[in-house]
Amino acid sequence: MLNLIIFALTLAQADPLVGFSPAEGKRLFDGQCAVCHGIGGGGSTGPSLQKPLLPRAKTNAGLVTVIQEGIPNTQMPGAWQMTEHEARLVATYVRSLGKVEQAPITGNAKSGEDLYKKSGCVNCHIVNGVGRGFGPELSTIGLRRAATHLKQSLTDPAANVAAEFMTVRITTRDKGVFKAMRVNEDSFTIQVKDSAGRFQSFNKQDLAKIDHLPKESMMPSYKTRLQPAQLDDLAAYMAGLK
Amino acid sequence: MKLCAFLLLSALGTAQVNFPRIVSGELDKGNWLTYSGNLEAHRHSPLKQITPANVASLKPIWIYQPAIAGRFETSPVVVDGMMYITEPPTVVTALDPKTGRKLWRYERQLPTDLQTIGFGRVNRGVAVLDDMVYVATLDAHLVALDSKSGAVRWDVAVADYKLGYCLTAAPLVIKGAILTGTAGGEAGIRGFIDAYDPKTGKQLWRFYTIPGPGEPGNDTWAKDAKGNDTWKTGGGSTWVTGSYDVKTNTVYWGVGNPGPDWNGDFRQGDNLYTCSLVALDGATGKLRWHFQFTPHDTHDWDATEIPVLTDMVVRGKPRKVVIMANRNAFYYVLDRDTGEFLVGTPYAKQTWAKGLDDKGRPEVIPGSQPSVEGTLVWPSLQGATNWFSPSYDQAGGTLYVAVREMGSYYYKGEAEYKAGTFFAGGGERALKPDDNYGAIRALDAATGKRKWEFRLQSPPWAGVLSTAGGVVFGGTNEGNFFALDSKTGTPLWNFQTGGEIVANPVSFLVDGKQRVAIAAQGALLVFGL
Repeated sequence: MLNLIIFALTLAQADPLVGFSPAEGKRLFDGQCAVCHGIGGGGSTGPSLQKPLLPRAKTNAGLVTVIQEGIPNTQMPGAWQMTEHEARLVATYVRSLGKVEQAPITGNAKSGEDLYKKSGCVNCHIVNGVGRGFGPELSTIGLRRAATHLKQSLTDPAANVAAEFMTVRITTRDKGVFKAMRVNEDSFTIQVKDSAGRFQSFNKQDLAKIDHLPKESMMPSYKTRLQPAQLDDLAAYMAGLK
Repeated sequence: MKLCAFLLLSALGTAQVNFPRIVSGELDKGNWLTYSGNLEAHRHSPLKQITPANVASLKPIWIYQPAIAGRFETSPVVVDGMMYITEPPTVVTALDPKTGRKLWRYERQLPTDLQTIGFGRVNRGVAVLDDMVYVATLDAHLVALDSKSGAVRWDVAVADYKLGYCLTAAPLVIKGAILTGTAGGEAGIRGFIDAYDPKTGKQLWRFYTIPGPGEPGNDTWAKDAKGNDTWKTGGGSTWVTGSYDVKTNTVYWGVGNPGPDWNGDFRQGDNLYTCSLVALDGATGKLRWHFQFTPHDTHDWDATEIPVLTDMVVRGKPRKVVIMANRNAFYYVLDRDTGEFLVGTPYAKQTWAKGLDDKGRPEVIPGSQPSVEGTLVWPSLQGATNWFSPSYDQAGGTLYVAVREMGSYYYKGEAEYKAGTFFAGGGERALKPDDNYGAIRALDAATGKRKWEFRLQSPPWAGVLSTAGGVVFGGTNEGNFFALDSKTGTPLWNFQTGGEIVANPVSFLVDGKQRVAIAAQGALLVFGL
């Protein structure tokens, strides 16, 4: 009997998801997680969770911790509002997604890498230390963004711009107008990175106007610059950067 | 000469801060004797040296950095050449207000199993009376320290921290008693306001914010589906310092949210006295009246904001009133003697009530409750304002409020009470940062109408201080400590402190010169001309 209890306890410690059903977790996931990870967990601004192995949550216990505490230095917040039981329900649902067949990445990552080098991407982005850091660092972008989202970023870059890369239009008192990427902002000052990659800082009262343009991106669209198959290749390359 | 100066300093340092001095406030003498500056909770300085004309030349005089990292939310008390501050998690330090040098330090040894459930390990300030400094601790004790040495004079357990009771607010001195409230509204506590003998620490009275069986209001707590008594775990925390009318010996204290926060199915009924202001007899703790701002709250809108006491003409009639900019986005004026509802109007965006009826009860919009799928409502669960203080300029009849313009998706979830654990039943997801903003708003205190606003980059966590010199001070999440023209809201000066400001400013005199102090993340900064 004692052995049985010890066995049960060991099992419970080893796997916090034993006895939980994914159906209940789906309701919580759709309400609180799907905004980033997409309904069904297929990925959106957050990465796809339709994977048998999640690199940040290799064990079930680790997955519960990630749900409760978030991932430092990423946009993944901790769901402090969930009870332990709810976090386990969500974790059970997320694990069930790993059994879903992923939307196939149709592109060729090797061709995508060549395209990345030839298409001017390195003029704004850095992968593994190579390139120019005007736009987002891409060295591990595959961990954070699904291939479908990355493809959308190529064809419609303005569709989903993270707050730290927001475009602003600065109008100076002498009527100079330029667009830049907002780096930081408070109630009295704004710091931007201009298209030459220079940081500039302004007192707001010294400017005529600041327009925030969350629906614009400093990145050009590659929708017509590349063939559809090339876009798939490029997305496949980026999705593999981990 | 040095000896004379030393003797003079010693003499000042040993002066008794008797209760009549607390009542007078001595703000004009350059002291700051209580959490809010005066017992009526105005956080307004009568000092006039700093003005719109000269505030641009304000400079830091000294900076003090606590030894232990953590969020620094203190509101300093300054008396007779001593400054008393609290530091995270529960530390009291006496500083020389001239130089910022430490004079003594009391560090509370906290139990290793202490948890703060739903809030940070913070403390917001001390109270002083006679020759003692009082601090309420995270492990739910009230401690009296010798004001000259920091030695412990007495130490009493107020409640059991293992059940989620934690004390973070500055105690309040009233006639013959030291008052403390409690935090823990996300842990299924039963809230209270306690009074202790200042000399001995003996408990004088306790007012439970949730009535027990046989008491009026207990019937506003229906049993849950399993037959549990929901009043026992109903929350009603009292985690921000109240105010006091010495003439009538009445305590005014705001009461927090019901628990579980976002799932009201567990606790059908109005859930008195959560989300209410209570007026208590200072001698006995007996309830004189109550006013519930948000009956059966499901959005975590504690009514623990600062209740400001003043006399004013309301709709042509002189009134003794208590005013509050509530977390639920409505501004209220109540009769101070009876609790009668006089004025109620939104001061920030709200999407949960059509308005207030003639008794001040909200007409709730159907479908604004939390749901499993998420319900978008303004204000967010942090409210249109929060614990940080407003300031009230009686001469101008203006209440200055730091306002949070932010909406949230509210979620309803499971809740099961287990002692000393999170008991909230859901949560929120805030909108993206750029969809929210903050503001300092000047409200006509008699009507709640806006006189002006100054917009802030993000919803603030810092209180405001108005001064007779015509300047309003405030702080931002991005670290700016700033001054506005109190008549127009025009920005006059700002200083980048380098850390998030989650604290209230105070003002005082050092050697006859006006100073302004603010805590910013890991530093206390004192400014002067």
